[in-house]
Amino acid sequence: MLEMTNVSKVYRTDVVETHALREISVGVADGEFVAVVGPSGSGKTTFLNIAGLLETFDRGSYALDGENVANLNDNARSRLRNEKIGFVFQGFNLIPDLDIFDNVDVPLRYRGFKAKERKRRIERVLEVVGLGGRMTHLPAQLSGGQQQRAAIARALAGEPRFLLADEPTGNLDSATAAGVMDLLDEIHGNGATIVMVTHDRGLAARAERIVHLADGRVAATAGG
Amino acid sequence: MLAYYLRLAVISIRSNAAMSALMVCAVALGIGTCMTFVTVHYIMAKDPIPRKSDVLHAVQLDAWGSIEPANDDGTPPAQLTYMDAVALMDAKPAFRQAAMTGTVFVVEPDGNGRPFSATGRAAGADFFAMFEVPFQYGQSWDARADADLDQVAVLSQPLNERLFGGENSVGRSVSLGGNRFRVVGVLDAWQPIPKFYDVNTGPFNAPADIFVPFSLMAALELPRNGSTNCWKPREAGHAGFLASECVWIQFWAELRNDAEKRAYRTFLDNYAKEQKALGRFERPLNNRLLDVNAWLDYRRVVDDNAKMMLAVGAMFLAVCLLNTIGLLLAKFLGKAPEIGLRRALGASKRTLFAQYLVESAGIGVCGGVGGIVLTWFGLRGVEALLGDLVTNLVALDAPMVTLGVVLAIASSMAAGLYPTWRACNVEPAAQLKTQ
Repeated sequence: MLEMTNVSKVYRTDVVETHALREISVGVADGEFVAVVGPSGSGKTTFLNIAGLLETFDRGSYALDGENVANLNDNARSRLRNEKIGFVFQGFNLIPDLDIFDNVDVPLRYRGFKAKERKRRIERVLEVVGLGGRMTHLPAQLSGGQQQRAAIARALAGEPRFLLADEPTGNLDSATAAGVMDLLDEIHGNGATIVMVTHDRGLAARAERIVHLADGRVAATAGG
Repeated sequence: MLAYYLRLAVISIRSNAAMSALMVCAVALGIGTCMTFVTVHYIMAKDPIPRKSDVLHAVQLDAWGSIEPANDDGTPPAQLTYMDAVALMDAKPAFRQAAMTGTVFVVEPDGNGRPFSATGRAAGADFFAMFEVPFQYGQSWDARADADLDQVAVLSQPLNERLFGGENSVGRSVSLGGNRFRVVGVLDAWQPIPKFYDVNTGPFNAPADIFVPFSLMAALELPRNGSTNCWKPREAGHAGFLASECVWIQFWAELRNDAEKRAYRTFLDNYAKEQKALGRFERPLNNRLLDVNAWLDYRRVVDDNAKMMLAVGAMFLAVCLLNTIGLLLAKFLGKAPEIGLRRALGASKRTLFAQYLVESAGIGVCGGVGGIVLTWFGLRGVEALLGDLVTNLVALDAPMVTLGVVLAIASSMAAGLYPTWRACNVEPAAQLKTQ
């Protein structure tokens, strides 16, 4: 599903170079649930951004679902993100002016689905995450856990093959976090490939495999 | 996707109402100011008789003396002497021709009505057909009435309303300056803007109230109303004035094609040579034929002040748009997290560019509507400031309203280009991290 080989990423300013990733090689199999852990500054988020085609890399190669992404233009990268990747963020990242229905609708709009198909998908995923009765609510009218469920619904609506979660429970209390993790487990159980960045080892333990990053390198791999 | 973008634009505009209102106000103010001056300029400069403007020609003969030209730029006088006008009318070389001048009448209503003054125009019978003057009742007099000095008159619609309550007054008589005139026609609503056939009596004033045959100017010694310029002293009395070298008559010829125009020009040159042989026309041959638009340009009907105001209006719009750019920049960059999110969810830069450009256009539509309202007030302001001089100018027609809205949308979209481009180039990863 995901194959990174010797990928490096350097952030440069006028005065300093920061090596965020140093020739890391990570592979994620189809249907696998992988947790990426590591201390702050270890390169977890950079790894996730590159994996999600939100950032480019300087060296190495990266194939997503068999497609080399290195030389894709903006349109092609956007299309690939839309069709194959679902994002779940720590801060939920719901658009505050849109109700939950419209928030979940966003990626489907860019996919070009007809209105009837969009409605069908939105209602289905909101039922799956338990928000079927909250479609017309604005994000501010929902609890943190409900907002994250809405964000997961948005990530799932396009039926992506690959779910990227960046500290998905970081802003939630432990009870709500457990509920969200149960939902991710359920999604994984239905066949989705999930890569989750977290610094919570307890949550990471629920993954099939754990990749430890340190100083931009893969320090260890456990499980699998 | 356009419907989606429009919906998002409405949501965005409503969610940040204060900033949106500021932008709409900036666009409306710029459009209102610019469109006020554009409208005045447009009405001043538009073709008053588009179907015939290329076949109607103002005739100029250089009957001026040898000491100095009639005008500093060497052009001949804009009007003709009575002698020349009568000679051209008698020769009738054009398809249609009309000598004309402004006059004034004291109207003496029958019964107990108080006398009042009214503007008049003495003109050849062809005047009405040449300028496509519409009639409500009756028709113009004919060439025979001109020749026979018939005391006939055509009344304007307002005067007919005042004298006869708007009824068909054809065949009735009216007392003008002590002479009885038989009404042969009543005009329908008619107001060419600019009043191209005689800009001396105010290019934007209403046409005359009373039209009478040109031949009556001499026969009844009607008073003149307009400009008169003389290059040499004249004899006393009305006959002396008619025989003088003073220019005071406008002359128009209808020449339907190039052949007629060439023939008429030859006729004028031959006429001028004849006059030279008789000791007149001391200056080199310098006759001119100008069609309606060339004539208006030559007479500078759109004055330099109007052009300057137009430029000031455009500059003010530019200033307002610069403010709008600043506000849009602040608004769109404030949406950087949302833009980053949309990028992550699959929006390309091109898609987002279209979305935010539609929002800019939405602000333009609102600003355009506001601008049209402000233009209306602006035109009322111009009217109040300049009074009767521009009474007929201050009207917003459909093309101007359309232009205003289109200008507003185009301006707003232009103003939105840079902020939109900046917004679409935000790094999505950085924005998602900072949320």
